[in-house]
Amino acid sequence: MKIGLFIPCFIDAFFPEVGIATLQLLERFDLNVVYPPDQTCCGQPMANSGFETDASGAEALFVRNFDGFDYVVGPSGSCVHHIRHHFTAVEQTAAVEGVRARTYELVEFLHDILKVDAFPWARFPHKVGLHNSCGTLRGLGHASASELREPHFSKPEALLSKVGGLELVAASRPDECCGFGGLFSVFNESVSAKMGSDKVQDFAKAKAEYIVSADSSCLMHQRGCAERDNVSIKFIHIAQILNGAGA
Amino acid sequence: MRKSTSDDRPGNSKIEPQPRGARNKGNRPIDQAEAAERFLATPHHQKQHDERLWTLRQRRDDQMWSMPEWEQMRTLASAIKEHTLSHLDTYLEMFETNAKANGVVVHWAKDAAEHNSIVQRVLERRGARTLIKSKSMLTEECGLRADLAKAGVEVIETDLGERIQQLDGEDPSHVVVPAVHKLRTDVAKVFAATIGSDPDNDDPHHLAGAQRDATRPLILNADAGMTGANFLVAETGAVVVCTNEGNADLCANIPDLHIVSVGIEKLIPRSEDLAIFVRMLSRSALGSPITQYTSHFRGPRQGGEMHVVLVDNGRSERLGMEEFWTSLKCIRCGACMNTCPVYRRSGGLSYGATYSGPIGLIIDPTFNARKYSNLPFASTLNGSCTSVCPVKINIHEQIYAWRKVLVRKHETPFVKRAAMKAAGAVLARPAVYRATVERTNEALASLPRFAIYNGLNAWGKNREMPHPPAETFHQWFIKNRGGKR
Repeated sequence: MKIGLFIPCFIDAFFPEVGIATLQLLERFDLNVVYPPDQTCCGQPMANSGFETDASGAEALFVRNFDGFDYVVGPSGSCVHHIRHHFTAVEQTAAVEGVRARTYELVEFLHDILKVDAFPWARFPHKVGLHNSCGTLRGLGHASASELREPHFSKPEALLSKVGGLELVAASRPDECCGFGGLFSVFNESVSAKMGSDKVQDFAKAKAEYIVSADSSCLMHQRGCAERDNVSIKFIHIAQILNGAGA
Repeated sequence: MRKSTSDDRPGNSKIEPQPRGARNKGNRPIDQAEAAERFLATPHHQKQHDERLWTLRQRRDDQMWSMPEWEQMRTLASAIKEHTLSHLDTYLEMFETNAKANGVVVHWAKDAAEHNSIVQRVLERRGARTLIKSKSMLTEECGLRADLAKAGVEVIETDLGERIQQLDGEDPSHVVVPAVHKLRTDVAKVFAATIGSDPDNDDPHHLAGAQRDATRPLILNADAGMTGANFLVAETGAVVVCTNEGNADLCANIPDLHIVSVGIEKLIPRSEDLAIFVRMLSRSALGSPITQYTSHFRGPRQGGEMHVVLVDNGRSERLGMEEFWTSLKCIRCGACMNTCPVYRRSGGLSYGATYSGPIGLIIDPTFNARKYSNLPFASTLNGSCTSVCPVKINIHEQIYAWRKVLVRKHETPFVKRAAMKAAGAVLARPAVYRATVERTNEALASLPRFAIYNGLNAWGKNREMPHPPAETFHQWFIKNRGGKR
């Protein structure tokens, strides 16, 4: 199985350890993982702000980079949500539609496609609060949402439950957005930061040592809030835990 | 009875003045972020607001779990509304015919001005100088009170929250709980200044009692009454009004003249459809099974008059907007506001519009795309609003669609336009992107700069910056896996 490794721009620039963990984790399953070096971004920052035409170059490049793989896998729910649901700045050719349909977020790829039932190399003896980003929760359907009357399920919880020693703790407002929201974080700075601080406090009250998420953008924002508020809580991407960080 | 005893009691409005809403600059864009920042600068108000509305959301969830058929009900409610809106002309005429047969006078108003002048004419004909009314977002939308004041008609709001807002000279901040942004100390201050209650007594029972004592005589002596409507039933010509205070019943039943102001989207085809909507409305709004009063008005009382004013005011135009017409399904329950994390931290008045919160973001720009051009950006697109909506309006997707429309109309700040154009150009060119990200001697690699730069470096105001790593993933990959492409 030939996998295109999608490392979104801000993970490339700020969270290389998340990209490395994703690569190593996928390689543990005997997959042929290829990193197309000319990749940049999926186009989400521009499109999310309404500037869809400014996203067309990035979207076209994305398709050029990732055409021809069995699956494209990336460790960022919001980017994959964009690709699956909003990637319309470019003409919808067969190649574009194919790439969009074959692109998966890491958690759903592990859970739905590989159906991984064990992470024997992983151990994480800590209290962990799971932050489902809105893109993964309501966009990609990683888990049941608290607003809907539906049976409880959670793909990230199912994966994390296979990690030795890990104890999940829940925030009191489980699905509350942390307030990152792309450009919202700067153009609506005060509300964004307040949402982030509240989210971090909620996890701290639940005695979480770590906040884990499938989205580094949420983690980057929450970490900024935690550091400013002097809340001692650590942040880690789910790829790192599943790949055996701290084991 | 509880009395204020000390100035430093949490929530005392003497030490924390009530935050006011967005600054209205005529046709210039409302700065929601600026008003929200002032709301956040009053932590007692913000905390009370957030917690009160979150409680409503939790109660709504409890109601949802008490009804196994909840999701089916949402699907049905949505389907009934979409069907009605798709055949609106037919149902409007059916309603008119049946209402007329019941002895109701039916008026058609194409916009706010026409609505206000129709109401004024009806009042004039009866020589009515005082009008008691129940809460109606439509009359807010039409600016009815101001127009009637000019004509010398005194309007008395009878919903407690709406009366508080009227006496304070503020718009409602929420469609269901209009004064939810106020602390009880704020209300004590307003009542002390307007109806002469004790400024130091902020006990809610005392305040409600004082308002009741002041308003009852006005209600009993009023010349005319006005209500809104939650539903119009086409097959019977009935007007259905849901309240918790019974005040709409006073307005409809005490004076001889009852005027109903209602938007044309409030139609439902059949009485039995109420079985869906009445069950959903209060559960979604307040998390209570039903409103205290659900009143069906079928015609004038003996010797009285009943008028229904059917108001368009932009609704037909909205019905023709492919991406936005389903916003007309809205039953004004406010569930999207209660769940919205941005709304709860901003206060409804920060939106500077009749409709605030998520539903406001998609309705307000239909009235004035320039003035409300910032509103669709006051969202993280988290989607919780869509999930709680009892009529399944895809609110967050319409917010996303509005952003594209506003960019096409050039109703976006220059700095954002320039930044997005630059970012789009960099991200389309791998070599330029690489050079940009891997410039090492900057405090901040410039990739996030496009996201962060807005002249004020707003990211760092209340948050620490991300820590740039020693190398990018790309550099690590080349170093460690260089041969494998």
